[in-house]
Amino acid sequence: MTVRRGYKVYVDVGAEFSDEGELVPKYLIWEDGTRYEIDRIVKHERCASRKAGGAGILYVCRVRGQDIRLFYEENYRWFVEAKTL
Amino acid sequence: MERSILHSDMNCFYASVEMLHHPELGEKPLAVGGDPEARHGIVLTANYPAKRRGVKTGMALWQARQACPEVIFVPPRMDLYLRFSRLAHEIYADYTDLQEAFGIDESWLDVSACIDSVRDPLTIAQEISERIKHELGLTVSIGVSWNKIFAKFGSDYRKPDAITQITRDNYKKIVWSAPAADLLYVGRATKRKLAAIGINTIGDIATCNPKILCAHFGKIGYILHTFANGRDETPVCPENTVSPIKSIGNSTTTPRDLVNNDDVRMVIYLLAESVASRLRDQHFAGSLIGISVRDNGLFSFTRQKKIPMPTNISDEIARYAMQLFAANYQWEKPIRSVGVRVGDLVADEYWYQTDLFVDPKMREKQLKVDVAVDSLRRRFGHDIILRGQMYFDRVLSGLDARAEDHMVHPHSYFERGNQLGKEVFYE
Repeated sequence: MTVRRGYKVYVDVGAEFSDEGELVPKYLIWEDGTRYEIDRIVKHERCASRKAGGAGILYVCRVRGQDIRLFYEENYRWFVEAKTL
Repeated sequence: MERSILHSDMNCFYASVEMLHHPELGEKPLAVGGDPEARHGIVLTANYPAKRRGVKTGMALWQARQACPEVIFVPPRMDLYLRFSRLAHEIYADYTDLQEAFGIDESWLDVSACIDSVRDPLTIAQEISERIKHELGLTVSIGVSWNKIFAKFGSDYRKPDAITQITRDNYKKIVWSAPAADLLYVGRATKRKLAAIGINTIGDIATCNPKILCAHFGKIGYILHTFANGRDETPVCPENTVSPIKSIGNSTTTPRDLVNNDDVRMVIYLLAESVASRLRDQHFAGSLIGISVRDNGLFSFTRQKKIPMPTNISDEIARYAMQLFAANYQWEKPIRSVGVRVGDLVADEYWYQTDLFVDPKMREKQLKVDVAVDSLRRRFGHDIILRGQMYFDRVLSGLDARAEDHMVHPHSYFERGNQLGKEVFYE
C-alpha cells in the first residue's frame, strides 16, 4: 500500500539480502500500482531528506533511465522522495 | 598528553526532529509539548522561531500560546527521538568509544586517540557536525577543549550549528568573561549567593581564593574553583557502560484534583505498585522512600525517609509513602500531582537485618502476591486485577502509571563520584 504525505510517498518494496547482510531493493510499487524494476543502485549512503521529511539510508536508484531517491527510513519503512506534489 | 574533548549538543533536539518530519511547516514557530486535554500541558522544547517570540521550555501550553499565538504544538514522540539519539551515537562511535551521554541530546566525546598530523580536534568536530546535518538532518553545536567542563561551555557558547574551541590561549578571554551562571553546576541559588559575595563572572570564581568559596559553599566551592580554572580531569566514560540506577520513581499529574486522603491513597497505591513492579523487574529493593507533591497553586515539596529494611513490596512502599504524606501535608489546597520514589537500591537478594516486629514469612507472602499480580498483568493487561479501593473512582485510578515512565533526565555529573582528580588538591 502506498501512502503519500506531501513529498513523502511510502511504497511497497521488494528487496534482497545478500549473504553478507547487504540489503538491496529490487523493485517498488508506485502510487498508481505500476511495478518499477530497479535497474541499478547508483549510490547508497546514510542521509536525511529535508524535502520529504525523514532520515535513513538513501538508495539512489536507476529506474527506466531516471534516478529516483528511495529511502529506507530509520523506522524500517521505505519511502520515495517525490519530485512533484 | 593533553586530552581532546568534544561536547556535542543537538540544538532544540525534539523540535528539530519534529521540524525534519514536518517539512510543510517550514520555519513556523513550533513547540513540542504534552496533551493539553489531559492537563500535561508544558512545552518540552521549542524551535528557534518560537523561542524568539518568547516561548520557553517548561511553560504551560496556554502561556506559550499567549507569548506566540501562531505557535504550532506537536505531541512528543519519545521513541522517534530515542532512535535519532541512537543514530547520533552511531556517528560518534566512528570516532571514539569514549562517549558519554549527558541526557538524550548531549554527549561528551574523548577524541584524543584520533588526533594525528592530518586531523586536529577542530576538523573532527567539523566532520561530525557535517555528518549529523547530512545524515540526520539536524544541527549540533560543538565545544572543543581539553576538559569536559570547558567543552560543555563551548557547546553552549554559540548556537545553533556552531563550533567553539576553548584553548589554553583563549579561555581567559572567552570563559572568564562569561557570567558565573554559564558554568556547569552554577544554578539560580548558587548564582544568587555568588553575587552576594561580589562574584559575577566565571573569572571571578577562578581567581577567588578557594578557601573563601569553600567557606560559603562547602565542598562544591572547591569544585567550582577547579571547574572555572579548567583543571577538571574527570574522564569521559566508555560507551555502553550503563550507569547504575540510583532510584526508581513515578509521578503523575492526576486527571482531576485530589481533595482528601482517600484520593491521595488511591494514587499513591497506584504509583507504588508501578514503582515496586519496576524494582522487581530490575531485581532491586530500596530503603529510601520519597514522595513529591504539588498542589493546584503549583507549590510543591518533596519528603523522604529511610526505612529499616529494603523493600520492593507494593504495600510497604505505599504505606511508607502514605505516612510521609500524612505527616507533611495539611490540605491547604487540592493536589494536582503526586510522585513516589524508592532510592538507596540494593540487589533484591541482598541480606537484611530482620526485625522482631515484622514477620518475614508475611513479607514473603506479600512478595509472592505481588509477583503473581505482575504476571497476571503482563498477560492480561493492567486492569485485570485491581485493589478494591481503586473502584472508588475509576477515572482517577484509570491512569496507567507505568506508561508515564518515558521521562528522560540528564544524569548528574557526579553520579560516578568525584573524579576531578583534584580531591587532595587544596588540602
